Amino acid sequence: MRERVTWTPAEAAPSREAVLALQGIPPRGASPRAEGLLDRALAIHLELAEPRAIVGAITRGEFAEVYRGAGRNAPETPLECIVPRADGLALFAATVGAPLTSRIRALFAENEPALAAMLDSVASAAADRLADLLAARALAEMASGDRVRVLAYSPGYCGWHVSGQGALFAALRPEEIGVTLNASFLMEPLKSVSGVLVTAAPEVHRFAPAFPFCADCRDKPCRARMASRAA
Amino acid sequence: MGILDEIAESLERGEDQEVGALVRRALDERHAPLEVLNQGLVAGMDVVGERFRAREIFLPDVLMAARAMYAGLDLLKPLLAREGVPSAARVVLGSVHGDLHDIGKNLVGIMLRGAGFDVIDLGNDVPAARFVDIAVERGASVIGLSALLTTTMPVMKDVVELVRARGLAGRVRVIVGGAPVSEAWAREIGADAHGYDAANAVERVRALVGARR
Repeated sequence: MRERVTWTPAEAAPSREAVLALQGIPPRGASPRAEGLLDRALAIHLELAEPRAIVGAITRGEFAEVYRGAGRNAPETPLECIVPRADGLALFAATVGAPLTSRIRALFAENEPALAAMLDSVASAAADRLADLLAARALAEMASGDRVRVLAYSPGYCGWHVSGQGALFAALRPEEIGVTLNASFLMEPLKSVSGVLVTAAPEVHRFAPAFPFCADCRDKPCRARMASRAA
Repeated sequence: MGILDEIAESLERGEDQEVGALVRRALDERHAPLEVLNQGLVAGMDVVGERFRAREIFLPDVLMAARAMYAGLDLLKPLLAREGVPSAARVVLGSVHGDLHDIGKNLVGIMLRGAGFDVIDLGNDVPAARFVDIAVERGASVIGLSALLTTTMPVMKDVVELVRARGLAGRVRVIVGGAPVSEAWAREIGADAHGYDAANAVERVRALVGARR
């Protein structure tokens, strides 16, 4: 079953901490001027964001086909261990819309680089928040929500080659919400996310970030995801 | 405090209009343009860079300082050109073919301009040959390549090979950057340098051209 989901810009607005973290600013480290820029960027988000998503349940067998993609995944990946033990899978794509990206470009052209960069971080954090909102929504629909966790996994991360976007898009058809894929497997609008929502017991999501590709991953966000209680 | 120190401090605070006014005043007071550049703008930007590396200030503050730098540079550039003072070096910059991400590339461009480099920004989705053609046409000594996708990284190798094929190696240096790009990748494809963030990219470009003023 495929379903379209929309949110208000306010619902999709990221936390100040999430945005500042993307700017490399630690908690309580922002200068007053940076805080002022963040206020302006969040106001632009509220004005221009068009958050929407499409989500569709998928069986393990169907997902195996999607995951295989063009056959360019790493030889061993966490998802290969996680998916067979999952309670549910759903493909998703979500976007904050094209107007935000256009505004970011315009701000750079108008010699407003600090505001442009801040708005870029707001839009990136908002796109990530959409995946979290979808995960929370899937969790709320589960009768046994207190015993499972829903986490999103995306092509381009954790050994799932970015070319997997091709098979994911063919199965989900997010063009319906205005998200398209170019020849490099890049989504447009740029501030979009896609992947699979995996519902499983918390321990199923745990893995040691010691795969060969983990060496190239600077931040290892999987650690925080596995440790988080949310979704 | 002298006017050049005032320029430097104003730049550190990211006060672009104030920097412009102070640079005008310094020129009116018969300070040489090169003196205003080095002891005012560059001195201020050096402090900004040091504080950024020490994590005392962060990206927004650096970008506001860079904009203030432009405000002063715009006034000085024609005067410096008239006196025959060359810019640090010319850099051709862009996101490689297939890649529409440009935030990282834009930040590098801003920081390079703030450091006095002459930057030609080709935008995003730039074919390999265009980087080399423009570098030759405009006399650039550095090509900066950005990629945010593993699928577009091979275009970086195409550029390096084109530079070699056209006999430009050594004269035109190639620096690469972007989230999935590593020092190891730079070595593998034969690039001259890897910048892991915008500030580091400026340092690496400076080292490549030996252009530190």
